[in-house]
Amino acid sequence: MEASGQKIETVMVGDRTIPPEGARYITIYIMGQAYQVPETLTILKAMEFAGYQYKRGCGCRGGICGACGTVYRKQGDHTLHTGLACQTVAEDDMILAQIPFFPANRADHGGVDTSLSPDEQIATLYPEIFRCVGCGTCTRTCPMDIDVMGYIAHFKRGDVMRGAKTSFDCIMCGLCVSRCPANISQMNVAMAARRIAAGQMTPRSETTKNRAEQVNAGRYEEMLAELGQMDKEELKTLYVEREREPDLSLPGEWMPHDQTKL
Amino acid sequence: MQEGYTPEMLELIKRVEASRPERLAQSRAGKSYPAMSMDDRDVVLNAFHPDYSEEGRRALGIGQNQGEVYPEELVDLLESRSMLESVSVDVTQPDMETDVLVIGGGGGGTAAALAAAGEGNQVLLATKLRHGDSNTVMAEGGIQGADQEPDSPYYHYLDVIGGGHFTNEPSLVAAMTNDAPLIIEWLESLGMMFDKHPDGRMKVRHGGGTSRKRMHSSGDMTGAEIMRVVRDEARNRAEQIKVLEFSPAVELLMDDDGRCAGAILHNLETSTFQVVKAKAVIIATGGTGRLHYRGFACTNHYGATGDGLVMAYRAGAKLGYMDSVQYHPTGTAYPEQNVGLLVTEKVRGLGGQLLNINGEQFVFPLEPRDVESAAIIRECTGEGRGVRTPTGRLGVWLDSPLIDQLHGEGTVQRELPAKYIQFKRFGIDIAKVPMLVYPTLHYQNGGIAINDLGESTIPGLYAAGETTGGVHGHNRLMGNSLLDILVFGRRAGLNAAKSIAGGEVPGAPNMEHLQSYGEALADAGLDRGVLSPMILPNYATDEIRKQRWDVQSPVV
Ligand SMILES: Cc1cc2nc3c(=O)[nH]c(=O)nc-3n(C[C@H](O)[C@H](O)[C@H](O)COP(=O)(O)OP(=O)(O)OC[C@H]3O[C@@H](n4cnc5c(N)ncnc54)[C@H](O)[C@@H]3O)c2cc1C
Ligand code: SF4
Ligand code: SF4
Ligand code: FES
Repeated sequence: MEASGQKIETVMVGDRTIPPEGARYITIYIMGQAYQVPETLTILKAMEFAGYQYKRGCGCRGGICGACGTVYRKQGDHTLHTGLACQTVAEDDMILAQIPFFPANRADHGGVDTSLSPDEQIATLYPEIFRCVGCGTCTRTCPMDIDVMGYIAHFKRGDVMRGAKTSFDCIMCGLCVSRCPANISQMNVAMAARRIAAGQMTPRSETTKNRAEQVNAGRYEEMLAELGQMDKEELKTLYVEREREPDLSLPGEWMPHDQTKL
Repeated sequence: MQEGYTPEMLELIKRVEASRPERLAQSRAGKSYPAMSMDDRDVVLNAFHPDYSEEGRRALGIGQNQGEVYPEELVDLLESRSMLESVSVDVTQPDMETDVLVIGGGGGGTAAALAAAGEGNQVLLATKLRHGDSNTVMAEGGIQGADQEPDSPYYHYLDVIGGGHFTNEPSLVAAMTNDAPLIIEWLESLGMMFDKHPDGRMKVRHGGGTSRKRMHSSGDMTGAEIMRVVRDEARNRAEQIKVLEFSPAVELLMDDDGRCAGAILHNLETSTFQVVKAKAVIIATGGTGRLHYRGFACTNHYGATGDGLVMAYRAGAKLGYMDSVQYHPTGTAYPEQNVGLLVTEKVRGLGGQLLNINGEQFVFPLEPRDVESAAIIRECTGEGRGVRTPTGRLGVWLDSPLIDQLHGEGTVQRELPAKYIQFKRFGIDIAKVPMLVYPTLHYQNGGIAINDLGESTIPGLYAAGETTGGVHGHNRLMGNSLLDILVFGRRAGLNAAKSIAGGEVPGAPNMEHLQSYGEALADAGLDRGVLSPMILPNYATDEIRKQRWDVQSPVV
């Protein structure tokens, strides 16, 4: 089977870092303490290389969970930077601190009065949005490049749908919250707004509702039980004979020849 | 500028570019590299798929599934002693009592908590990291559900069981496909931002192995949106659902009749243990990617260490399908910062091709996941035609620029925004140069055996989600896991509530099973001094390990 008769080895070390030969080392400061790490690692892996085993500040390791918000300065530079530890490459002279948690205000919106309009609901839940001073710090802070100030402005203006869409990529890392001079917890305002926009301002799917009713009426139980009784050969035949919906059919347009099992 | 690649790699990429015009012409003519016959598939699977290899696997020597052959890293954890044997915990004095204890705060656990709370129960949800740090949040592609006119649970069932090579548990498949439309409707009612047509109709797509279009999505962050919404709903019900973060469960508690009676939690920050007495327990701890079978990189989140399997197994629960693991064919092999991260199937769906070091195709791009993975491993380790990275990993090219040439400039950026940014950050423009990929550990097909009520083989112990096995058989189709976790999370929550209402509650808790498991292990000569569950992966370098006192055990 093997052409060369000999297996070629590949490095298999999971997520551990093996510094390449001749790697250049840089100095990073973790909470003020200096460590030498090979260059090109993310902050997350650089800290692990230095010997840290994360308890907080690490989740998906892929830029989508928001657990690894980090602030840093470079020696001699007055600017404060923010980023996700799992997505930002460590650089020489970085002084790092993670912010794995930041207290945020969250209004329970379960019992919000839905006779109010969506924008009134947001204004009732989070009146502090009207204190936004438009400084833009949140937008500059956001590691997902979201126009945070923009979505807060949409809510102030009463455009809940637009604000909801603008905030869609939010991973709730809390970095914007940590920097807002007006004490606004942007991510929680946006969370409530997205649910209000999708739940109250978007038409429901009729097809889904109809199908759910059929399921609740028990329409498929017998059909499924019948399949459960079949042996592998019978199932195979049915499987192979399935009609495949064309890729380019328009919604609700194509119907199969056999409609007895719908 | 592609400064992300080394000069040597850029030199090799020229071979990819050299063969591209010819490949482009072939693709335009509708010609592709030939797909394998069933026999060819068997050959490559047997020789190169990690599941088929004897290396790195061994028979489990203890417990309900004794004799079954699993990856060694998992067997190591199952053949190990409890970290609590040497800690004195007084289980007669619970620190907390609750109706339902949910272990795991991903999509499955949160759905279970909401369902149990909806029936009027007090719920304690204990999770290892932040609520929502999970595999659920990482799912990009979509969630299946047969809610369109030409579709029904009947066809969904056929797709699932065919995809699973007809080895799935029929009652579980029936439960999942039957409930799917209810789950989609439920998510919609909670205010999830589904991709929709203006009239409210769901936008649906095909996925690998589907006969009808039923893949629902929310941009390319479907799992993140589901997680945000269900977590937010749980927070709205804070009076009934108390969430403990950074508090992994480490062992289950049992009563004298062998009924599950609660669990012991470990506060990661204070290193204290808490005894939780519960009327019913639901395990939803997710997958095992972070065990890095045979050193494979993985797509999973940091907490995917299979703790639930270990706890349940030690308490006597039966596992199923544990021999079967899903390797996703295209995990990132370079840059080092992204190693293991998923490169979605969509890249190949759009026409991206896999190429060896010479810029030649060696496999049809859309074989089933297991076959595709084995073929890549063969090309790299068997044929010696992989590309080596500066850190010594191997990979093959995934020719993404071809996509723009096939479908027009800008397609890569438009259709794969998240991937585009992820590589761009490291100086690689995947619209212009190929990516380097290698199979990555993706999904645990097997797990705790359950029935269609979400019950494990231990009374009072329920399980849901990736930590269970059976519904997907030996192969899972994309979009059925997000569905599985919500269907069985909800079923577990509802049935736990029902059994509590029916008066089926445990007596006084004990942890005698830990002692007897440890003794059985010693008697079988299998005690290697390893403690489990693992809780957190350890990525310390060899250098650091030498300086640590705790390295003998994977435990924190
Ligand atoms: C990158 C990626 C892409 C994917 N894409 C898709 C897709 O498009 N469609 C699809 O259907 N599926 C997809 N999947 C699979 C799917 O996302 C997962 O299988 C599913 O979300 C698992 O859900 P779960 O609730 O069972 O586990 P998880 O979501 O992983 O949650 C488990 C939770 O339990 C916690 N936990 C672990 N141990 C303990 C302990 N000892 N005590 C307490 N808590 C603990 C964990 O920290 C975590 O919060 C994808 C998976 C990955 C990784
Ligand atoms: S909007 Fe705020 S919480 Fe959301 S991703 Fe941006 S910085 Fe993080
Ligand atoms: S940081 Fe606060 S005050 Fe400044 S723009 Fe953002 S929301 Fe407004
Ligand atoms: S670890 Fe999840 S975003 Fe960085």
